[in-house]
Amino acid sequence: MKKVSDCTVNQIIWLNENNFLLELIAPDSLPDIRPGNFAELRIDDSRDVFLRRPFTILETDKTNNTIRFFIKIIGAGTRKLGTLSEGDQVNMIFPLGNSFSIPVKGPVLIVGGGSGIAPFILLAKELQNQGIPITFLFGGRTHQEILLIDQYKAFGEVFITTEDGSAGEKGVVTQHSVFNKIANYNMIYACGPEPMMKAIGNIAHHHNKSCEVSLENMMACGFGACLCCIVETKSGNQRVCTEGPVFNINDLTWQI
Amino acid sequence: MADLSVKIGDLQLKNPVMTASGTFGFGEEFADFIDLNRLAGIVVKGLTPKLREGNPYPRMAETASGMLNTVGLQNRGVDYFINHIYPRIKDLDTHIIVNVNGSTVEEYIEVTKKINKLANVPAMELNISCPNVKEGGMAFGVSCPSAMAVTKAVREVYDRTLIVKLSPNVTAIDDIAIAVEEAGADAVSLVNTFLGMAIDAEKQKPILSTITGGLSGPAIKPIALRMVWQVSQAVEIPVIGMGGIMDATDAIEFILAGASAIQVGTANFIDPQVSVKIIEGIDEYLEQHDIDSIAELVGALNID
Ligand SMILES: Cc1cc2nc3c(=O)[nH]c(=O)nc-3n(C[C@H](O)[C@H](O)[C@H](O)COP(=O)(O)OP(=O)(O)OC[C@H]3O[C@@H](n4cnc5c(N)ncnc54)[C@H](O)[C@@H]3O)c2cc1C
Ligand SMILES: Cc1cc2nc3c(=O)[nH]c(=O)nc-3n(C[C@H](O)[C@H](O)[C@H](O)COP(=O)(O)O)c2cc1C
Ligand code: FES
Repeated sequence: MKKVSDCTVNQIIWLNENNFLLELIAPDSLPDIRPGNFAELRIDDSRDVFLRRPFTILETDKTNNTIRFFIKIIGAGTRKLGTLSEGDQVNMIFPLGNSFSIPVKGPVLIVGGGSGIAPFILLAKELQNQGIPITFLFGGRTHQEILLIDQYKAFGEVFITTEDGSAGEKGVVTQHSVFNKIANYNMIYACGPEPMMKAIGNIAHHHNKSCEVSLENMMACGFGACLCCIVETKSGNQRVCTEGPVFNINDLTWQI
Repeated sequence: MADLSVKIGDLQLKNPVMTASGTFGFGEEFADFIDLNRLAGIVVKGLTPKLREGNPYPRMAETASGMLNTVGLQNRGVDYFINHIYPRIKDLDTHIIVNVNGSTVEEYIEVTKKINKLANVPAMELNISCPNVKEGGMAFGVSCPSAMAVTKAVREVYDRTLIVKLSPNVTAIDDIAIAVEEAGADAVSLVNTFLGMAIDAEKQKPILSTITGGLSGPAIKPIALRMVWQVSQAVEIPVIGMGGIMDATDAIEFILAGASAIQVGTANFIDPQVSVKIIEGIDEYLEQHDIDSIAELVGALNID
């Protein structure tokens, strides 16, 4: 069941000048939150930020009802969220969207590009619980964009690519050597800029691997009411906020 | 508690607050957030004779105190509604009102005839004002003869309360209102969205896939309010006001300007509980101002 809750800011943890973790405390016990789910946060008192802003749920802690988000500053709304301090109120609608599917057996490859790293902590926890081995591959323009690596290392092997070569292999994610061993993996998950997800989808498709991507379409409501966030699928336009944000690439009409 | 009930044609509303078409899905999307039975009515997403995929993505652009959309009437067609959605919502204790669309007069009639048979749909809203479709839609709503012709044709096949939804993209909205009143409308609702556009200066490209789209939200409220005022001066039939209503005070302003009832649109995206909060706020306002019935407030603007 979806909820609208007035939450309290517990802390903001800055990862660097453009990226931070926002931790909120919900007023009552957390509903069931699945890997891939997101929340819509209301950013008050701002004429430039009229609509809510969607963010993937990074982590949850049921013992103290906290929810964490990884947020990259890209405009007025995310900047405003970064100015919140402990005790401030944030109205949140959650949990929204569908979730990743868990394969019967691994190993799996998880690919995150740019800020597309948020959905994978909850996913990694779930996969680990099922005893499925995970390899991570994260790519960014520079080492500045490679974040949360220590957390991910707790769940599996982590590979890195940067376009300037400042960390890991130099290049874009799809050029990484892990793809030489693509046959080893049973399933691929990807989140990041659309061209990157399409490129990963392309590799998965040509190796006959199941592949799920998490889309970040522009949303007005986030809970299925406006039909603004649609993606074209083989069974017609679907709402990324409700039928997604996770889609199997075989269901999309991507030219791959 | 004050008397919040209002009458629109044969439609008895328990309060003046309905939700606007295209902003409230089929109601079900809000069932986790509010008790739908508290609403006077739900105007469901616009229906067409056949499935429509609508316009390509991107369909939305945020603007100062508002948003542009170009959904383009995506819906699964009237038969899908009747067979799959209507059975799930028909027993709610609120009025289900269907927003009817077409590209030709024949298409409007086709949808209307089917809706006319649904026992629990006591009213329809004839949408002659959608700015986001190529054929039909707003074209019917921007000239008096075409607005009159489609209203008349639908009136002939529809037995229940006929609400005609007006486009604000006209020179004289009061003339259009008079035309549809003459053609047999029981009420008018206004406004639909204003045609607008948004540009990404960096990419030097339009943001919406269709270049232009419909503007809604508080940005349009002063114009919507003016139009409700003008129309309510021009016609005898009840006026349903909307356009940027975010809270009970906004709703009261529309009622003072002459609206017998109001619809809440874009505000539902920001606060899915806002419609119920507006009902409660109107009730409080009446109590504070010692007004026994909402009817006393309709058009009660003091202009001395
Ligand atoms: C399901 C979902 C999950 C998301 N999860 C996260 C997350 O975990 N962490 C995170 O940092 N961000 C996430 N995002 C993206 C985040 O919602 C946007 O960065 C945020 O809304 C931007 O708000 P703003 O006011 O700062 O920027 P704005 O001023 O709104 O936007 C700045 C620029 O970015 C463009 N833009 C904004 N949002 C998007 C988008 N979704 N797609 C394409 N272009 C866009 C705008 O058109 C504008 O040009 C997610 C988005 C979705 C839909
Ligand atoms: C995303 C979206 C979809 C809409 N779809 C419809 C529709 O299908 N039929 C219709 O008559 N009006 C539609 N409208 C217009 C609204 O019902 C309403 O007239 C308009 O948004 C102004 O009210 P508001 O400012 O409160 O949103 C839509 C508006 C939005 C924002
Ligand atoms: S964002 Fe409104 S339907 Fe998806």
